[in-house]
Amino acid sequence: MSTKPILSVPTEQLEHTTFDTTMEERILELLKRYPTTRAALIPVLWLCQDRYGWLAPGVIRAVAERLGESPAYVEGVATFYTMFYTRPPAKFVLQVCETLSCAVCGGKELLHHLESRLGIKPGEKTPDGVFQLVGVQCLGACGTAPVVQINDDYYENLTIERLDAVLDDLKGRS
Amino acid sequence: MEPVLLRARGVPNSRSIDTYLAAGGWSGFAKALSMTPDAVVQETIESELRGRGGAGFPTGRKWSFVPKDHPGPRYLICNADESEPGTFKDREIIEHDPHMVLEGIAIASFAIRSNTAYIYIRGEFVRWAAILEDAIAEAHRRGWLGKNVQGSGYDLDIWVHRGAGAYICGEETALIESIEGKRGFPRLKPPFPAVVGVFGKPTVVNNVETLACLPHILTRGAKWFASIGRPKNTGTKLYCVSGHVKRPGVYELPMGVTFREIIEGPCGGIREGHTLKAFFPGGSSAPVMRATEVDVRADFDACAEAGTMLGSGGVIVLDDSVDMVETAANLAHFYAHESCGQCTPCREGSDWARDILDRIVAGHGRPGDPETLLRICRFASQGMTICPLGDAFSLPISSIVRKFPEEFERHIQAASAVPQKKLPVLPWAGSRPGFGS
Repeated sequence: MSTKPILSVPTEQLEHTTFDTTMEERILELLKRYPTTRAALIPVLWLCQDRYGWLAPGVIRAVAERLGESPAYVEGVATFYTMFYTRPPAKFVLQVCETLSCAVCGGKELLHHLESRLGIKPGEKTPDGVFQLVGVQCLGACGTAPVVQINDDYYENLTIERLDAVLDDLKGRS
Repeated sequence: MEPVLLRARGVPNSRSIDTYLAAGGWSGFAKALSMTPDAVVQETIESELRGRGGAGFPTGRKWSFVPKDHPGPRYLICNADESEPGTFKDREIIEHDPHMVLEGIAIASFAIRSNTAYIYIRGEFVRWAAILEDAIAEAHRRGWLGKNVQGSGYDLDIWVHRGAGAYICGEETALIESIEGKRGFPRLKPPFPAVVGVFGKPTVVNNVETLACLPHILTRGAKWFASIGRPKNTGTKLYCVSGHVKRPGVYELPMGVTFREIIEGPCGGIREGHTLKAFFPGGSSAPVMRATEVDVRADFDACAEAGTMLGSGGVIVLDDSVDMVETAANLAHFYAHESCGQCTPCREGSDWARDILDRIVAGHGRPGDPETLLRICRFASQGMTICPLGDAFSLPISSIVRKFPEEFERHIQAASAVPQKKLPVLPWAGSRPGFGS
């Protein structure tokens, strides 16, 4: 598995976001799926996060304008869902499942190991911006605990050794 | 037992439509198209299929609540949000047999006369959303979806809609709000979604596993399905077993086997050198069971009789190494994080329960804490909140307090001086490690 890094576009460059033809085409395609414009909001936010790495204030405003919503409404929705980044994430977001099945099958140890290896606490990024550590709730893969999701990919049945190997590989490619 | 829902597991190239067609796939939908929608509903009622998402409501009856004389569109939603801790069966079906899910959606859509269906899949399942998208494209190319399906005159479109990280969106009205582009705040019922659902139109929300049963019910008949399992608890069930068993995983068994048969059979028993202490029979929201209750049957009615619930079939097994107070604290963190915040008893109660349990685990328990926890749980359950998340956090915590009082005693007796901690005025502003900070 080769997890793709998140490349967050800097805030300033997103200040006056406008959608190019490719984005506009994809938005139109999404709008066709629903009888209301508002229903396309979450898919459009995904589209933007995939494109820009995160949902900067300028992106929120552009989405709001395109869909005829207020920026406050769009931000209200974006911040309700934990997977939308309203601050720029690191290249690799390590999402360690903390819920019961993972917790009793080595998940806690994985989190502690990552804290000491990276020298950061959950919620923090490494100074070089490569890794971000997040404790997350159930990822729905309890039978292959412990589980860590890195960006879009699931890493299951992990041990400290296997996780270290994954991190070494990602670090080498960043 | 011959696998039904998991028959594609281990089959090479199982996701392709050719493999699926060769195994008799899409013929259940073909059969449905030769029947009237009402006959499909009737067949499903006779199969006694009950919803696999957690509530166990009879599927055919749920469909029958959709008003027949309603003009304009109606919608079918496949709930693939799969967020209940301990549950990982829907991903297994999608991974190996996405066309079975699509065919189930097609049958259900036809039964309720809907021409548009959405699959609401949890945001983290990026890979499995892509698998479904590919299968949908394939089904379109072969004429099993789209306009005039197989020349029948029936039109059907299926769209994949990814969530973005919210447990509450597995609750059907929160899911509907989320599809509409809003925060996932559950709605008051009534009106029920069958009458006023997504975009204000009649809507049925069915779980992935429920829908996956339909192709088999149509091809092999309601009688065949009802002959598996036990009366009123028919068919096969996917049991997801996690925690301290030798072989965790998803197992398909006839509904109504006992938890002992599941744990000691395919799962190979408890890991070496340990004994069973407790288990959650149906996801973490079901009241906990002691080791002595392991002979209860894993079906909807037997679990209800035993004071718990089968829920989603997510069996979380805990051995004697586990501290039950820590278990309660772990779950309290989950529910406090996932409470949507609409209703005070759930929003505040889950935070208070988490803070009290954290304090006990930290060695500062006080006499009276177990009673306080029970009181918080009572205030947040049994109709005090809009949706069942209040019950979902209350039931496991109150059942742990009731069934394992000695563990709370032990913590509280060993507790050090009681620190005076002020409750924060805004619990939301407390320590919430996570994104964005």
